[in-house]
Amino acid sequence: MNRRVILILLAALALAVPLSLLAGRVWIDPFAPETRNASVILMQLRLPRAALALALGAGLGAAGAAMQGFLRNPLADPGLFGIAPGAALGAVLSFWTGYAASVFLLPVFALIGAAGAMALLALIAGREGGVALFTLAGLMISSLAGALMSLAISLSPTPFAMSEIVTWLMGTLADRSWREVWIATPFTLAGIGVLIAAGRSLDALTLGEAAARSLGVDPRRLQALMIAGIGLTVGAGVAVAGIIGFVGLVVPHLVRPLTDRRPSSLIVPSALAGALLLLVADCLCRILPLAGGELRLGIALSLLGAPFFLHLLLRMRRGLA
Amino acid sequence: MNAEHPGLSVAGDELGALGLHVQDRLADISLTLHPGEITAICGPNGAGKSTLLSCLAGLLQPDGGHVALCGQPLRSLSPHARARVLGYLPQSPEVAWDVSVEVLVSLGRLPWRGAPAGEAQAAIDEAIAAMDLEHFRHRPVSRLSGGERARALMARVLATRPGWLLADEPLANLDLAHAAALVHRFREQARAGRGVVLVLHDLAMAMNHADRVIVLGRGSLAADGPPETALDPQVIERVWGCPARWLGEPGARALSVGPVA
Repeated sequence: MNRRVILILLAALALAVPLSLLAGRVWIDPFAPETRNASVILMQLRLPRAALALALGAGLGAAGAAMQGFLRNPLADPGLFGIAPGAALGAVLSFWTGYAASVFLLPVFALIGAAGAMALLALIAGREGGVALFTLAGLMISSLAGALMSLAISLSPTPFAMSEIVTWLMGTLADRSWREVWIATPFTLAGIGVLIAAGRSLDALTLGEAAARSLGVDPRRLQALMIAGIGLTVGAGVAVAGIIGFVGLVVPHLVRPLTDRRPSSLIVPSALAGALLLLVADCLCRILPLAGGELRLGIALSLLGAPFFLHLLLRMRRGLA
Repeated sequence: MNAEHPGLSVAGDELGALGLHVQDRLADISLTLHPGEITAICGPNGAGKSTLLSCLAGLLQPDGGHVALCGQPLRSLSPHARARVLGYLPQSPEVAWDVSVEVLVSLGRLPWRGAPAGEAQAAIDEAIAAMDLEHFRHRPVSRLSGGERARALMARVLATRPGWLLADEPLANLDLAHAAALVHRFREQARAGRGVVLVLHDLAMAMNHADRVIVLGRGSLAADGPPETALDPQVIERVWGCPARWLGEPGARALSVGPVA
């Protein structure tokens, strides 16, 4: 069952990637004789953008699937638990200190921010931490990171830096180059690999913490894997594209009924579906006519994601989810 | 191997005794459990039954003492090696995701990472058959009744093919018929040479079905022996603090409890 889902998603991706390359402000018709600057548009603008959408979408999808498995909660999302805000805080600090000029420091700052948020989360919730405590700790870290971010912005050295930070925070894949692809992809792939390695332990966690330990799961090792995996995927995503929310929440939820519902069989399909979702959403942002530029991907996904989240909550309350 | 049932054996290593010795501020307990019998752990609320079972399962380390399997300290075993020998069913077990019965049971194979796939499938089939779940194999856990769910969770423990079954109040929330059926299956497992240790709330269940009863009172052993002596009315009055009287024949006893004096 799981293999079929993976094959279908791969086929959909194989179809969507070439199509997405043709769409945008300038439509490229492969059968028309010549579009002006077609090769530049394809190689320098659309291909890196598509590659970035695939990498970040895959990372967010896998992170969401693993997070939901870890917390045994279908409403878990890396963004809700303060990891993305933590990464954003790190990135903002790098802007503020002027390090953004050196592009390789921004992802490092974002990764440190993400890892810091996860470590803080682990510290508060502890090994015996229940889901409620974990969620509250995450919300606390989110608001703390948000407050510190506002502080950093309000103290920003120049108005230019301020506007730079604010636009950067609204996640987007516009104007990204191969440089961002090379920065984000290795971290994301490493993160997905770590999360896949945590799969069996996440499966055991289906039975609760005590039963998981009786099956040989080492909770400290699992927590370390989760911190590394989520920190790498989410941190890399925030570092190159700003905050893109709700992919991690929505995608695993859509994919779960198509699998056998074990957390481990959800990670790879969620990565593929996340890549597909981000690719399509970014494409739609690009072709949507909007005065004064294009719709920001992060905003578009939040606009879609928030009602979906509400729908999920209401359905769970009725006991149908 | 079990001397009483030489023809039956448990897959895996030869099974030895599971011993526990604790002597600290909170407890002073020393006991040795034997495979092939059903041992019931009884005691009033807060006596430490679940804690004792967690120690036996290797999930808790007693501060002043040790748990040993075949004379070897439990903590010297790797988590996976321990998990292959000691099957543990927690109190009010949860199933976070709505997996099918077969997938749930397959989780019991997690400690056997790297074992051949055929062996895993055989163990899963065997566990499903032992708990009479063939009919429910592909059914989601959310659509099982309480009794079916309890059997599926037990099958998960059996799929590991552990030498020991340690279950914390496995009969809680089960109606009469389902409880009796599950006890019967525990007896089958003990007959097959496994060690079965159950925390039981229902003293009549312990009296009628256990080979040995351990009565805990506030961190110490109040009684330990065959059910007729360990659950003597005097012991019950001393530990639970209420007068009680056994009715009926051995093997089909019922407990009549008087008001607290």
